[in-house]
Formats: sequence, structure tokens, C-alpha cells
Amino acid sequence: MPTVRIPSQLRNLVDGQRKMEVASSTIRAILDELDAKHPGIKNRVLDENGEPSAFVGVYIGGEDIRFLGGLDAEVPEGAEVSIVPAAAGG
Amino acid sequence: MSKVLGLKCKECGEVYEAEGIHVCDLCFGPLEVALDYDYIKSIISREKIESGPISLWRYVDLLPVDSGWDADVRVGFTPLQHAPRLGAAIGLKNLYVKNDSVNPTYSFKDRPVAIAVTKTRELGYTVFACASTGNLASAVAAAGMKAGLETYVFLPADVEAGKITNAAVYGANLIAVNGTYDQLNRLCSEIADEEDWAFCNINVRPYYAEGSKTLAYETVEQLGWRAPDHVVVPIASGALYTKIAHGFREMVDVGLISSQSVRISGAQAEGCGPVAAAFAAGEQSFEPVRQPDTIAKSLAIGNPADGNYSLEVARQTNGVIESVTDSETVEGIKLLACTEGIFTEAAGGVTIATLKKLAESGDIGEDELTVAYVTGNGLKTQEAVDGHVSVSVTIDPTMGSFEDAMSSRQQADMVWSAPQVTTG
Repeated sequence: MPTVRIPSQLRNLVDGQRKMEVASSTIRAILDELDAKHPGIKNRVLDENGEPSAFVGVYIGGEDIRFLGGLDAEVPEGAEVSIVPAAAGG
Repeated sequence: MSKVLGLKCKECGEVYEAEGIHVCDLCFGPLEVALDYDYIKSIISREKIESGPISLWRYVDLLPVDSGWDADVRVGFTPLQHAPRLGAAIGLKNLYVKNDSVNPTYSFKDRPVAIAVTKTRELGYTVFACASTGNLASAVAAAGMKAGLETYVFLPADVEAGKITNAAVYGANLIAVNGTYDQLNRLCSEIADEEDWAFCNINVRPYYAEGSKTLAYETVEQLGWRAPDHVVVPIASGALYTKIAHGFREMVDVGLISSQSVRISGAQAEGCGPVAAAFAAGEQSFEPVRQPDTIAKSLAIGNPADGNYSLEVARQTNGVIESVTDSETVEGIKLLACTEGIFTEAAGGVTIATLKKLAESGDIGEDELTVAYVTGNGLKTQEAVDGHVSVSVTIDPTMGSFEDAMSSRQQADMVWSAPQVTTG
């Protein structure tokens, strides 16, 4: 199963968990799955148009999903998904 | 009274205590330092600044720290050099170069790091760290080790040799990462989320970024307390670019000058120009670059955190964001060196080449009082000019050999050194 690393800003929604295992295999489905268990996550990661927020990066195995087909990017079995605030660096 | 009101989300306006955080819990927007300008206005004056230290600490009233931790280290107040020969070469009558390559570790990064290391101590962290494209590595290693902090510096494994040596010499933990800057920046964001470290461009970024605005303050003071008409600033993450704009506005906010309408133009490399591409296309947000390909490695950020804010600044100030090729960059390095005697790194070559391009296109008016920000030293990126500069001739230690060389030079009517520039 894929694992999702939860950033500190979202941990209050998931009882403080740092990592969560999920059964889904696209980013869109993973966010739906997480949101069903812990309502509110999806709205924090996606913007009002349902696209990934400009202020959050979503990565599969360290690769930005914007280079992998966006929310429909396939998440391989055992892969690690990271949700990372974008306001960093430089 | 305190000059710092707290941290404020740039997107939703949520206010936080001034701690080691950089992102809004509600919307993931970036946090910025909120200053009490009314209070600062009541304590600041031109005279007070002019009698202060010959460094960026003369502006401490506008900085989000109590006082400079180590004010003996001369960070900032670098030369604003009138550049008539460069101006004549590119058709600008009122050009200045802000030479920020003469800071303690030879780039502008000593400015934000001076603030970050001071804040790190104020907040009680014992570990100081950064994600660097090269220049920041040296600045953090030097400041962190001098401050007695456990220091970790992450940088791409393929940066220039001079930047590795420079960063390594201070004895900090230097971690080279196989990957792009964007990949190591993401890695560092994840590390910062797990470790109780002060990552200067992650969780301490709101304070760190404030250091760059001192370039605007100095420009105003060094011009005799007036704002320039136009500036050209390199864009990597866009933090420098947006903070210079912020600094000019603050000069008015605290009453040090009565008005400003500086046009803020930006410089990127074509091989990693996401902000310039979005500007040219009239977009409000940039498309990230997956694999940057440019000799200007210090500008090789494909996913710039302040890219969209940079687009906003350019449009609000009637500036232009342009990009240049690697060969134009090399020509920019050589042009600045032969006209004004400043050897800048590749990012500076991008800035000068962009300045030239904007002057030639008329985007910069020939009479505009223009300042180009040269932000790093050429000795750091010698690879950029490898094969483009060389010894003119090699001779034996005899007068005969010298005379032969001079004679063949006259016959060939060749110019040994850099291209000649006719000044007006």
C-alpha cells in the first residue's frame, strides 16, 4: 500500500499522525480516501477549482505530480506520497 | 512597544506569533513579518541611520530582530557604483551597479543569513541549516559556525567547484544531494518538518527574506535619499526580487522618502526561466521547470516559491521580466568586467545581459536612473567563463620575445583583452 507523509500543518486533522497508509492508487483517489476518514484534508490541499493549491506540492517518490499528470498520476504499490508546503527555498 | 507585530499570512491575513514557522496553518500561504510602521516611523530618521554601523545593521529599526548578533561582521552597505562605461556601452545615461559581490562570503546571501542567524539565536534553536543553490551554502556555513551553532548545509552535488570549496572551508556539515535544487529543497522541507532545526530558507524564511530588502534601503540612501527610476534584479525563488520592491515601499511607509515609483524588472536564464516565460505569456502563474539547464546555477530554481508574487510585482511596478541565453550571460559577465572592473558570477551575467536587452528594446528609458543588482562574485563560478577568457600571449622572459609579441599584435591589429568600449 502507498504511504502518505502528512505535513505538520495537517496533522491536527489526522490525530497527529505523521504517516498514513492508503489503499487508493491515484492522487485524486488518495485525497478522497483521506478526506472520507478525516474530513477537511482535501480542501486544504486543493484550491477552489479542485486543482492542487499553488501553495502545496504533492510528490510521488519525490517527483512533483505536476510532471506526472497531476491529480490523476498513478501511485505505485509501496510508493511514498509527500504533501509539502510550497513556500520554501531561495 | 515592539516593531514586530507578528507573522501574517500573505494570502488569507491570518496572524501568528513571531516564531519559527513559515506557512499558514489554514491555507498554506507564506507567512511574512508584520512590522509596526507607525512605531518605526516614530523612532527612525535619516540622521540615526547615517550615524549607524557601516553595514545593514544601520537599518536595524526595520529588521525583525532585536539587534544584530554579530555586528562586527560587515554584511551589506556594499558599493553603489556609478557605471558610466557600462551605460555608454548599452545606451543608458544614468546607470549604477550595486556591487553585492563583496559581502563576507561574496554574495548577497550574507544579508538574509545575518537576519536568520540572529533570529535563530533569539528563538533558542541550536541547529542552523539551509537548502542552497550554492551561494547560500557559504553564507550559512560561515555564519552558523561563527555563531557556534551546529550547522547543516544542503546543496546540489553538481554546483560549481568554487562554491563547494567555499562552503566546505568553514567546517559545517556539508551535504551534497544528487538531484536538482527543487528536489533538495523539497527534501529539506520534509526534514524541517521532523527536526527542531532553524532552516533559514524554510521555517525561518519569513525573517531570512527580510534581509534582502536592505538592498533597497541602501540604494535609496546611497543615491542621496531618493529612489531610482528602474532596477534590474535576478530572479531565482523571487524572494530577492519581491523583497527589494517591498523595501522601496517601506522607505515611504516610514517617512524616509516622500514617494517612490520604482519599476522593478527581473532577470532569468532561458534554461530556467519559468517566471520570465509566464510574464511573456501574460499569465498570472508560472509553469514549473522540471530540469533546469543553465550555467547560472544559482538561478536554477524550476519551482520558485515567490514566482507568482514576482509576476504581480512586475505588473504593478511596470517592470519587465526577461530571460537570456548562456552565451548572452557570458557576454554579460565580460561586459561588466571590462567596463566597470567587476567580475561577477553567472547570475550577475544574467542580470547584466538582461539589463542590456531591456535597454536595447527601449523597456528601460535611456534617461531613467537605473540600478542593476550584481549579487555574487565571479571567482565562485569560474566554469562559466572557461574557454571564453584566456591569457593573451605567453612569452619568454626576454625583451626580444616581448618585442616580437608586441609587433605581431600591432600587425594583426588585434585586441588582446576584453572588447573595447567607447564612452560617450
